[in-house]
Amino acid sequence: MNYKRITLLSGHYGSGKTNIAVNMALELKKQYERTAIADLDIVNPYFRTLDSKKELDEAGIELIVSQYANTNLDAPALPQNMYAIVHDKTLKTIVDVGGDDRGALALGRLSPMIWEEKNYDMFLVINYYRPLTRDIASLQEVRAEIEMAGRLPFTGIINNSNLASGTTAETVLASVDYAKEAEEKLGLPLVLTTIEERLYPQLEGKIENMFPMKLQKRPV
Amino acid sequence: MADKVLMKGNEAIAEAAIQAGCRHYFGYPITPQTEIAAYMAKRMPKIGGTFLQAESEIAAINMVYGVSAAGKRVMTSSSSPGISLKSEGLSYLAGADLPALVVNCQRGGPGLGGIQPSQSDYFQATRGGGHGDYHMIVLAPSSVQEMAQLTIKGFELADEYRMTSMILADGTIGQMMEPVSFDFEIKEQIEKPWATTGTKMARKHNIVNSLYLNPEQLEVTNIERYKRYDIIKEKEAIAEEYLVDDADIIVAAFGIAARVSKNAVNQARAEGIKVGLIRPITLWPFPEKAFRKAAEHAKQIICVELSMGQMIEDVRLSTECKVPVSLCYRVGGMIPTPDQVYQAIVEAAKKGEK
Repeated sequence: MNYKRITLLSGHYGSGKTNIAVNMALELKKQYERTAIADLDIVNPYFRTLDSKKELDEAGIELIVSQYANTNLDAPALPQNMYAIVHDKTLKTIVDVGGDDRGALALGRLSPMIWEEKNYDMFLVINYYRPLTRDIASLQEVRAEIEMAGRLPFTGIINNSNLASGTTAETVLASVDYAKEAEEKLGLPLVLTTIEERLYPQLEGKIENMFPMKLQKRPV
Repeated sequence: MADKVLMKGNEAIAEAAIQAGCRHYFGYPITPQTEIAAYMAKRMPKIGGTFLQAESEIAAINMVYGVSAAGKRVMTSSSSPGISLKSEGLSYLAGADLPALVVNCQRGGPGLGGIQPSQSDYFQATRGGGHGDYHMIVLAPSSVQEMAQLTIKGFELADEYRMTSMILADGTIGQMMEPVSFDFEIKEQIEKPWATTGTKMARKHNIVNSLYLNPEQLEVTNIERYKRYDIIKEKEAIAEEYLVDDADIIVAAFGIAARVSKNAVNQARAEGIKVGLIRPITLWPFPEKAFRKAAEHAKQIICVELSMGQMIEDVRLSTECKVPVSLCYRVGGMIPTPDQVYQAIVEAAKKGEK
């Protein structure tokens, strides 16, 4: 994929932004030396970018994360170095924006600078199997709420339809029509469809613009 | 919603409650269960239900009391410190014999503790929590699918026995995402002739109350209530038994600890160690029979908990200390790894050889 200087991932919470962000950062790092991943999530208490710290460190990816992520501090804390995303123009950053409009609120502080620089992509991550965004009208609602809170327009859609460990090739194929309808009704290009690595061979050639993903490790 | 969807455990509880006919939710946000309230806030207004963020946990549980007295299915949810605040209300619900569903998505304690998962409210849940002689039905899910399933069961049991059902989950099961299917058979709600719905001048008025002016009457009420508890103990205790029949070593664990333990049991079985797992699904009533039966052939029991050892007391009581019971634990928001449990099993197996 051809990455802009800033790539933002946003969407309904639980749509899978963090997993995609980690995988994108690892891919981007192969193309570009100074790659960073930023976690702007102020909503989720568990399952954060930091869970993949070891892998990200080993790859030499710079971390822009709150020092309180994965601790017991239950406060909406942002990374102290979050302005590096907009000020350090030698960085290319994948930004994991928090879920829904509440999560996107933190983005509002950076969006005027991102908008001015005009070198960003913001992708709406969708998952057909999330019950509150199964119809296009709900998706439109989420999109509007995020754009209002984050003060930045989306530039594309990533289809991340999955059932976690229960995902099969059929699971992904059954989401294609939904993703196409989203593309048409929301007027945003469908940029990628994520595929868990183990399913890639079965789906090769069947779906356009596939993005193979490794899933983050979970404690149980 | 016949096909599978991907949900957080907390969301699965909320959706299952709606499908069980619950149209009244009262709560106050606290990590790691806030998704229940968030889901209700989105869904309830669309289906003619009530979502209300109360000014405190205490207010929320008393709103539950009110709706329950009016005969409607109602719930609240919180996490450990919030449940402590609700404890007075839980006691009043018990004293007035009112059905309700309460979720405790546990986090580390005591005090403000932390926001990471824990199982250290076992005593609080199974011994009642508030003041007075009473129990709640306590259900312990170990997957997102079970979060949904036990929520529906919880409402049904609460109505049947006129008491509170508590879903005793933990932060991890609340936050983790798994596929869920909602093709449940949901029983029709039973009549509640005791509810305060207005006499329409056709019957004597109903009273919902936990104050008894006369001590003799209060004594009788308590004794009658415990007769009901005896029926529940006899009929409603459930446990999952996994590879127990020939086991020399039994691992006892519920909820998230049982998931970790099952991996360890499989690993040890592959090494030829005769080990099985008993996973209590109801924590009250405790599945005593499953443990009593296993104690006839097992030589050791390992209790795996995210606490300093709470369920272990019920394991010892139900086996009447015939078998030595040891503890394998993590606390403070930490989760035992499958390897930690596996090592405990190996240790026990070595001890058994001596």
